Amino acid sequence: MNLRRDVFQAIADPTRRAILLLVASQSMTAGAIASNFDTARPTVSKHLQILTECELLEQEQNGREIYYHLNPQKIKAIADFIEPFRKLWDDRFNTLETIMKNYQSDKQE
Amino acid sequence: MAPKTKINAEDGKQELLITREFDLPLELLFKAYIEPEIVEQWMGNKVLKLENKKHGSYQFETQDAQGNVLFRANGVIHEFVPNRKITRTFEIEHSPFPVQLEFLEFKKLTDNTSKLNMHIVFRSVAYRDQMLQLPFVYGINMAHNRLQEAANNLT
Repeated sequence: MNLRRDVFQAIADPTRRAILLLVASQSMTAGAIASNFDTARPTVSKHLQILTECELLEQEQNGREIYYHLNPQKIKAIADFIEPFRKLWDDRFNTLETIMKNYQSDKQE
Repeated sequence: MAPKTKINAEDGKQELLITREFDLPLELLFKAYIEPEIVEQWMGNKVLKLENKKHGSYQFETQDAQGNVLFRANGVIHEFVPNRKITRTFEIEHSPFPVQLEFLEFKKLTDNTSKLNMHIVFRSVAYRDQMLQLPFVYGINMAHNRLQEAANNLT
């Protein structure tokens, strides 16, 4: 269960969100990712470690280099996190609509 | 079918917008918000108090089958304009969540359709995000509990 909470901690940080956006279009090495930020290289490494630990990023060995790319399944899980909230209200409003339609037809009889 | 209820929660903002179009005349939509017995039906809460007027207040409650209070919320109504708007506060009692401010706007689209805009302002971005995650986390807990039950049945 900790894993799920970590995903939200991971995306709470702006640098980590920027990293996710960066690797969304292509696999990149740690060095290439770090070159896009003013932050020190070890800081970027730490961010990559956190993102990898919570499975938002996946590592891929290519020769001597390690490439990072997005884990689409995990990203989907975050994109959908608001859905249960929307569903809650949608269900309530659907009930409201049904009740009031019945109310309306009762009045007309 | 496109979802009828839309949620707009912009990144880094302490507010959210819920919009919904109804196949109901405006008057009927508004009625669903002011008649206690109708509110109870669609909100799923018991209405203890609902004073539809400026400076009025309201209180909702949910009990389990044994009569234990599971949820109680209250608020004060700041603006009340029939068939147009309700501005109110909303607070869940005995919870870590601070009071939130709600702007409800009711609009006529056609004679038989209407629209509701619900603009909610939270104390902070963190509280908004937590509130948004509640049903999600609750869903996860439910799944976890079912897993736990299944595991208990195995042993």
